[in-house]
Amino acid sequence: MTAAIGISAVRKTFPGAEHPALAGVSLDIAENEFFTLLGPSGCGKTTLLRIIAGFETPDAGELRLGGVAMGTTPPNKRSVNTVFQSYALFPHMSVAANIAFALEMLGRPRDAIRARVAEVMRLLRLEGLGDRRPNQLSGGQQQRVALGRALASAPKVLLLDEPLSALDLKLRRDMQIELKRLQAETGITFVFVTHDQEEALTMSNRIAVMRGGAVMQVGGPAEIYDRPADLFVADFIGEANLMPAVLVDRKGPQGRFRLTGSDALVVANDAGTIGVGEPAMLMVRPERIGLGPLNAAPCDVGVIALRVDALAYSGSDLMLHGALADGTRLRARLSGAAAGDAAVGDTVELIVPPDAVRVYRP
Amino acid sequence: MIGQRTHKIVQTAPTMVFLAVFMIAPLVLMAYVSVLERGAFGGVAWGKLTGVAYEKLLMEHDLLGNLVFNGDYISIFARSFELAAITSALTLAVGLPTALYMTTLAPRRATMMLFLVTLPFWTNLLVRNFAWILILRNGGQLDRFLQGTGLTRGPLDILYTPVATGIGLTYSFLPFMILPVYVALQRIDPRLIEAAFDLGADRLRVLTRVVIPLAAPGIAAGVVLVFVPCLGAYVSPELLGGGKSLMIGNLIEAQFGASRNWPFGAALALVLVGVLLLSLALLSRLQRRTRRTP
Repeated sequence: MTAAIGISAVRKTFPGAEHPALAGVSLDIAENEFFTLLGPSGCGKTTLLRIIAGFETPDAGELRLGGVAMGTTPPNKRSVNTVFQSYALFPHMSVAANIAFALEMLGRPRDAIRARVAEVMRLLRLEGLGDRRPNQLSGGQQQRVALGRALASAPKVLLLDEPLSALDLKLRRDMQIELKRLQAETGITFVFVTHDQEEALTMSNRIAVMRGGAVMQVGGPAEIYDRPADLFVADFIGEANLMPAVLVDRKGPQGRFRLTGSDALVVANDAGTIGVGEPAMLMVRPERIGLGPLNAAPCDVGVIALRVDALAYSGSDLMLHGALADGTRLRARLSGAAAGDAAVGDTVELIVPPDAVRVYRP
Repeated sequence: MIGQRTHKIVQTAPTMVFLAVFMIAPLVLMAYVSVLERGAFGGVAWGKLTGVAYEKLLMEHDLLGNLVFNGDYISIFARSFELAAITSALTLAVGLPTALYMTTLAPRRATMMLFLVTLPFWTNLLVRNFAWILILRNGGQLDRFLQGTGLTRGPLDILYTPVATGIGLTYSFLPFMILPVYVALQRIDPRLIEAAFDLGADRLRVLTRVVIPLAAPGIAAGVVLVFVPCLGAYVSPELLGGGKSLMIGNLIEAQFGASRNWPFGAALALVLVGVLLLSLALLSRLQRRTRRTP
């Protein structure tokens, strides 16, 4: 099966810019996929989106939509619609006219347009708002009109450029679910751009993490979260404890590390290519860390003594903050029950299971 | 609250006084003059009221002394409206593409273009119209160019015709169209244009469905700014039209000059003001209605 979107070695440098916006990006996005481009601002994700839409042409490389090379095909000739960050609704048209726009451009008959507009308005729960002007709607309603306008002509691909960034948190959560539902119901390939890693994890089938115009890692949410390809991805997605360490010895893929910040030893199931005596950076997610028995033997492997300097209670869990001897900060997310009665000033022992440790070259 | 009200009165007083002295008062005076009898040697006979001036707009006394209908003045009005409408359409036809082009320029070049558009204002209107005489006359630059390239044979013969008047008026009023349209176009969010392209509109439909509707207030302002002064235009019809086909402006001027019929001149001017106000009211009403319907 051909990919809905095939991007190969696409490069783009804007005139006058020092660094390329896209430094050779290759991606295949499957049909009916909810694909997210995730990265900090300036990583090139919006540029990539604009290239797919046809607003920009790549300096080099190729873009294929449904197997067809796009070249310089203008945006109006591509079966790709965009939901803009600012919504960009036509202020001089009613909600219904906004939604009907793409259908009229396709020259559909009047009756078909009317029926389709009604259908889209029902799908997006906009019934009864057809005669309103965009400026008479709330932010959430405008967002849904923008979605409806882009969906009405049933494009093969829908591009969403940080469409939820202007909404407040509650509305945002609702729209995340709504978008998932719409994507499942319409079967359209969604390419979603965001800098919010949580949003990306919640919504996507697959995520491409971007940085400095390059794709750092592509994978499913669990893969990206559990096995980040490098330190940048590890730090960008979710919360990460990063601990400098040195490899003491190894047995097969398994390695034993001594933390630079304390004398604790930590075992990692996969030590990668690090050789004995070489420095490494260990990454552990806060929720993978457990609280050990208070009187464990000090030389136990995978046990780190930590002086607690802050506790943050958030109902379902307790975040424990502390620092190692060299100032390396550690966080452990404990379930309320497991936290026991740890208090600020206590020294606690944290257990780091070998399968939770990821090893990177510093 | 009283303080705020006094504040308002004090703030608007200069404008109010200015309007009262230089606009309301002359209008009232003109209305009064228009219902007076004309003086024997020009001017008016103060205090002698009559409706003769208004009667003259539609009627005349024939040789036998009977009052009969006379459409001459109506046709002058009609001709003036026609010319003003044509001029508005021509300035729009030239001004809209110019303004569209200007919005595509880099800011510095756009500023330069704006300066060039306003450049003619630095020269007196009379001088500029004289310049057009030199260009349009037989044997003038345009004539020689057209004959030289073989596009026309024989003299051009457009000077002192309505065509020359139209060219002169279009030229004179073009900046008044370009400026408001340019401002309106500049205020359009470029993302709306991108959105229209994205949704499948080609260039023409982006223009007709998004750009022009969004620039409509600017276009309406431009049309009013051209149409209204054009109706009363005096210099171009006189110089380029040769004063042969009378326009309202020339007709009114003649009443206060050669014809020495002040009441009739005042009546003409008042009717012109009335018709203009009426059409402006109609226009704004039409605009409000199109804004309401999708």
